[in-house]
Amino acid sequence: MSARQFKVVGTRPNRPDGADKVTGRARFGADWNMPGQLTGRVLRSPHAHAVIESIDVSRAAALPGVKAVVTAADFGEQENRIVPAGEMQVNLRDVTRNVMAREKALYHGHAVAAVAATSDAIARDALKLIDVRYRVLPHVIDVDDAMKPDAPILHDHIRTEGVEPRPTVASNVAKRIDFAKGDVGKGFAAAEVTIERRFRTAPVHQGYIEPHACLASAAEDGQVQLWTTTQGHFQVRGFCSRLLGIETSQIRVMAAEIGGGFGGKTVVYLEPLAIRLSQKAGKPVKMVMTREEVFRASGPTSGSVMRVKLGATRDGRIVAADATFAFQAGAFPGSPVGPASMCSFACYDLDNIKVEGFDVVSNRPKVAAYRAPGAPISAWAVESTIDELAQELGIDPIDLRLRNAAREGTKTHYGPVFNRIGLVECLEAAKASAHYRSPLKPGAARGVAAGFWFNVGADSSAAAHVGEDGTVTVISGNPDIGGSRAALAMMAAEELGIPYDKVRPIIADTASIGFNFVTGGSRVTFANGLAIINSVREVIGECKRRAAKLWEVEPDAVVWENGEVKPASTNVGTFEPLSLAKLAASAGKTGGPINGHSQINAQGAGPGFGVHVVDVEVDKETGIVTILRYTSVQDVGTAIHPSYVEGQMQGGAAQGIGWALNEEYIYDRNGKLDNAGFLDYRMPVASDLPMIETIMVEVPNPTHPYGVRGVGEVPIVPPMAAIGSAIARATGVRMRDLPMSPPRLSAALDAASPRLAAE
Amino acid sequence: MSKIHVSAVVNGEPIEYLCDPAHTLLDVLRDQLGLTGSKEGCGSGDCGACSVTIDGRLTCACLVLGAEVDGMSIGTIEGLAQGDQLHPLQKKFVEMAALQCGVCTPGVLVAAKALLDRNPDPSETEVRYWLAGNLCRCTGYDKIIRAVLDVAADMKETAR
Repeated sequence: MSARQFKVVGTRPNRPDGADKVTGRARFGADWNMPGQLTGRVLRSPHAHAVIESIDVSRAAALPGVKAVVTAADFGEQENRIVPAGEMQVNLRDVTRNVMAREKALYHGHAVAAVAATSDAIARDALKLIDVRYRVLPHVIDVDDAMKPDAPILHDHIRTEGVEPRPTVASNVAKRIDFAKGDVGKGFAAAEVTIERRFRTAPVHQGYIEPHACLASAAEDGQVQLWTTTQGHFQVRGFCSRLLGIETSQIRVMAAEIGGGFGGKTVVYLEPLAIRLSQKAGKPVKMVMTREEVFRASGPTSGSVMRVKLGATRDGRIVAADATFAFQAGAFPGSPVGPASMCSFACYDLDNIKVEGFDVVSNRPKVAAYRAPGAPISAWAVESTIDELAQELGIDPIDLRLRNAAREGTKTHYGPVFNRIGLVECLEAAKASAHYRSPLKPGAARGVAAGFWFNVGADSSAAAHVGEDGTVTVISGNPDIGGSRAALAMMAAEELGIPYDKVRPIIADTASIGFNFVTGGSRVTFANGLAIINSVREVIGECKRRAAKLWEVEPDAVVWENGEVKPASTNVGTFEPLSLAKLAASAGKTGGPINGHSQINAQGAGPGFGVHVVDVEVDKETGIVTILRYTSVQDVGTAIHPSYVEGQMQGGAAQGIGWALNEEYIYDRNGKLDNAGFLDYRMPVASDLPMIETIMVEVPNPTHPYGVRGVGEVPIVPPMAAIGSAIARATGVRMRDLPMSPPRLSAALDAASPRLAAE
Repeated sequence: MSKIHVSAVVNGEPIEYLCDPAHTLLDVLRDQLGLTGSKEGCGSGDCGACSVTIDGRLTCACLVLGAEVDGMSIGTIEGLAQGDQLHPLQKKFVEMAALQCGVCTPGVLVAAKALLDRNPDPSETEVRYWLAGNLCRCTGYDKIIRAVLDVAADMKETAR
């Protein structure tokens, strides 16, 4: 792709929803209300694993003010097979059991019943009047315990998939997967240095500041309206349609402004309950989770147990890579061990790779997607081992990666061959950065790690409407989670050749635009951008036809330039150029309104790579790690709105810093979550962090007209290993379990130097 | 329990309401007064999304009962802009992309204004510690801190 000169793309205009969001006017999930609405509340299991012998709701239902009560009996059984719901492939048997426990409660916090009442106080009182008889079962929390042959079994029907012969007994291991390239046996035989290490990670929550919230209104004629905070209102419609047996056309979902999601708002929790309660009560029902419920019953991502083995020659060529990843899926199958296995060695062009993955259920909330699902977990193990290899070989960690880096034409171990990618450019930019070349403060140390994410395209619909004054509305159907509206409007303005402020982007509800896949996979600016560009091109084509009609010339005798139709040459005749405003004013006479539409399955999302550099200082007495300096380097394709691209690179790094240093789910011996709040689940605060420097490397994606690549997920992949490597270089102690929290790190430092600890 | 009568000033306007004794100031603002700019992120004073000022002092509205503010003056995000003019912090946050999802933004802005009201020339460290009670999961704080420092610098320039 030749370097293209842009007028709007690459500038930093104000976002279209900016004023609403700085004044408190923007309406998020909990900000929607309807006259006569009821408040819904959920009763949650106090046990990690228990048979539900009976539920008696009669006392709750009789409480004055209670208008409806629902249990699993109010939701139809679903088949145990994978089906499409909003174009996600899901097992509805599991989804219906996750939103409302049936035979068993499978985790502390699992929904067991729900009520709708005239006030929150009455709803809470009603929950106390629901009599649930539980038979408590032994539970299992951690992945290695869940894999033991004598572990308590969560699901009697699960037989491990992917093993031959097919097992005959139930297991918590839902699936085994593997990927292979070349011959690792031969590779290791040729290795001069071999390193094999084991790693663990703790589950972490997406940590969006806005709890799940929705407002459902089911009318007597069967039509349902739903306002919800979600990354995909079309998926919400699909799930609710399937779970409740309502046709999709009867459910209209309005996406509220969304207060963060990071993958955690791509599934349903409250929505089917709110709709069912509203149907039973005949009134709108509003439901909002507390923060404790968010921690206990939504998200998180998997914890894991991993093993990585690398073989290399003395000159730094990695000749074999072998890894095993076992991931907690939570209460139902479906951890991101698949993408984790695929991303694990994707940064490297290696001849011999073998990866084995296990998807394991345990008595924890079912995991949900979290930013580059699985990739940060396997990267923690792989990138930490690569850093150790660099130390062992005495090679600079960036040089070692450059020697083995994936590039255009590299065949990955999971199949695809890379098109134009920018890992080498990122490594070179990191190496040349002011940060990497700066001297270290005494006592500090520096770590480096790389990361990869596929990025996705998928189904997208968009439209462009020309108003009667020639200004343009562009309509898409993906919730804007971090500034995507600005990017979409900018691309439309660029394509039309008109100023950014003449384009107004809006996000339509499920009845007002065609289907759109979730805001996820870093897809919106890429895929919706393509659909918007296509819509605008239809508008341009229509404008040209209208002008040709007015001028009585052939349509190909006119051109579109800088927001106007002009004759293609002087041979066509002498005509005053027609602007969008002029064409719109005469549209009635030339064929009616001027609009464009596009519906696509966007292909060719360009993979993304990042390299992070971090300087840390470790207080050896307390184990407290201070991040002194942080630089995030990433191949961002073309940065449409650079400020929001930088924002993704900074925010992802900050989340990774929290994952590295503090965040984890802590369970007590009864399988109860001990830290379901922001005080005890400690996410980074402003005083924990330095500025996050960014270096945007622009290697345009050849399959997008403007070169767009997804940027949102890559930046959470490298931080943990970069920080762990910096800590190892600062202290001589390599941490292999996350988080590297003060108590764990100080214990590891004490163990490494017992004499010091004894003093 | 019967409701409690409260007279207070909200964003400069005298206001009266009857308050359920169990309701927080945040409940009253959001559900009774229709001021939904203050958000409930945790209900325990840990996230700062409901930051307001009470008689000029920065407070989490979820930690105060609605009945406690009788006779007091409350400032919320809805009172930050003057007429059709955004406060310089609001303007700068939009210009510098200091928000992504925007749900923490009202609380961050109320807190940042409270900081600049008492310390018009804060250091980066002072801004970081003052805003340590306002969780943001999207931005990594970088652009937020820069925007606040930039507004402080502009104010200094104007004051000259």
